[in-house]
Amino acid sequence: MEKAIKMKSRELNLFYGNFQALYNINMDIEENRVTALIGPSGCGKSSFLRSLNRLNELIEGSRISGEVFLDDSAIYEKGINVVELRKKVGMVFQKPAVFPMSIYENVAYGPRIHGIKKRSELDEIVCRSLQSANLWDEVKDRLVAPANQMSGGQQQRLVIARVLAVQPEVILMDEPASALDPISTARLEELIAILKTRYTIVIVTHNMQQAARVSDYTGFFLHGCLLEFNRTEELFLNPRHNKTEDYITGRFG
Amino acid sequence: MNGIIEGKTNAVKQHNNREEKMQILQAKAGRWERILVILRKSKARFIPEILVEKLLMLSAVVSIMALLLISVFIFSRGVPLIASVGLGDFLFSLEWKPIQGKFGIGAMFVGSLLLTSASLAWAVPLGLLTAIFMAEIAPPPVGRIMTRMVSLLAGIPSVVYGFFGLVIIVPLIRNYLGGTGMSVLAGAIILGIMILPTIINISRDAIQAVPLVYKESSLALGASHYQTIGRLILPAASSGIITAVVLAMGRAIGETMAVVMVTGNAPIIPDSLLAPLRTMTSNIVLEMGYAAGDHQAALFATGAILFIFILLLNLLLNFIRRAGKRYAGN
Repeated sequence: MEKAIKMKSRELNLFYGNFQALYNINMDIEENRVTALIGPSGCGKSSFLRSLNRLNELIEGSRISGEVFLDDSAIYEKGINVVELRKKVGMVFQKPAVFPMSIYENVAYGPRIHGIKKRSELDEIVCRSLQSANLWDEVKDRLVAPANQMSGGQQQRLVIARVLAVQPEVILMDEPASALDPISTARLEELIAILKTRYTIVIVTHNMQQAARVSDYTGFFLHGCLLEFNRTEELFLNPRHNKTEDYITGRFG
Repeated sequence: MNGIIEGKTNAVKQHNNREEKMQILQAKAGRWERILVILRKSKARFIPEILVEKLLMLSAVVSIMALLLISVFIFSRGVPLIASVGLGDFLFSLEWKPIQGKFGIGAMFVGSLLLTSASLAWAVPLGLLTAIFMAEIAPPPVGRIMTRMVSLLAGIPSVVYGFFGLVIIVPLIRNYLGGTGMSVLAGAIILGIMILPTIINISRDAIQAVPLVYKESSLALGASHYQTIGRLILPAASSGIITAVVLAMGRAIGETMAVVMVTGNAPIIPDSLLAPLRTMTSNIVLEMGYAAGDHQAALFATGAILFIFILLLNLLLNFIRRAGKRYAGN
């Protein structure tokens, strides 16, 4: 049952200027599993997610202490190639951010950045990625259409296809379903279940049912601390911390 | 559950109470109060609103009338002359000899286009790179200071630019490159500086309007900052950047004072960057003091051509905006 550890954080602290957003986070993220991060707004779960691919660095005045490992390499080590890291650790955002270009160009964006120029090779990657994101059948006849003409659910799957096109190992998802209708959300959750056979997935969600449905492990964040981290059934059925119980039963949040 | 129902019944009770009180009050009301109620229900209380509405409409009408009057005047004075000379001859003939009745603005037409292109040629790349620096690379405080400085640049009166050009740029060109210094080059330098704020401000706004999540998504795909700027942000901002160029073009074609002061104003097509030229705007301002009859009409006709130019640029802008909307915005 136990799988290899894909990513882990050790004594991770994150600061934005004088504000400390994360306190001593230790977490092991298993390979080919879905790890859900839950907690009230502002609890640090998104900050933690963004520190897994060093996207927090874009924010003026942010700094960290402690370590994050991908496989066995420390990703905050000097001399680490951030581009390579972000290629391996892809990210899907809350609002489906399709680029203002065609469906095809959206998916081909990443591979082009990484130097693939041959049309046949790009065609194959685009086709494969769209198939993996369960989108191919819906868009195969209009690949040159502007991507923003798609529905919200399709846009979010397009963004996932765009991430898959650079062949990541880990996919981070920041509330990927919060802008979607229930049917699109169901399709997205189906997709996550399929993707986890090949990728390691970390998902931030506000929706407790969603965390319970899709994830194998769940971490509960509160005020920048990882209060509880356990197998999802354990955390939902026998929460060890009473704050966790209060949150998952809806008494605050 | 009980709490909610109680709350609801309380609310209903309060509401009923209020209605009852109103009815009692109205029943008790004397004559004045009844009149007040009628006034309140009638349109009378909208009198100030109607006044404001009329005032706003009047202001709009006055502005539009000003535009219409100016257009009618320019065209009614200019078009007959163009008709008698012939549009082709008027636009392209190089003979501008008002005393002999020869009205060809070919040299000025070419002069305006040449000077505008020469100034755009250096000001657009410089302005765009500055805008990218301000929006993407400079730390925010530096960006803010630069924004203020660019606004100052935009606020300097054009005669001051012209004076600067005449006193500094023209002698420099005369001493180091030859000729009189009054030249296409001097005009292009001064005019380029003058249109920089337009290019910088509008393209910077366009770049900053690109959603942050695009940039984050691109970086999260492993793109570098410069790849993201080149392949995603600039294409996404392209309609705004083209708008900046077209507006700068409009400003350059219309500029008069500074151009008159540094370009030498000879009504010939210049054969080098160091030769003088005359633009359509210069043509009007130089001769309007003494022109009469057909000569004056020819100046109005020059104005009409400028007017049409600006009109075409505006149409082009609308077209760009519409094309830009196709892909942008979710």
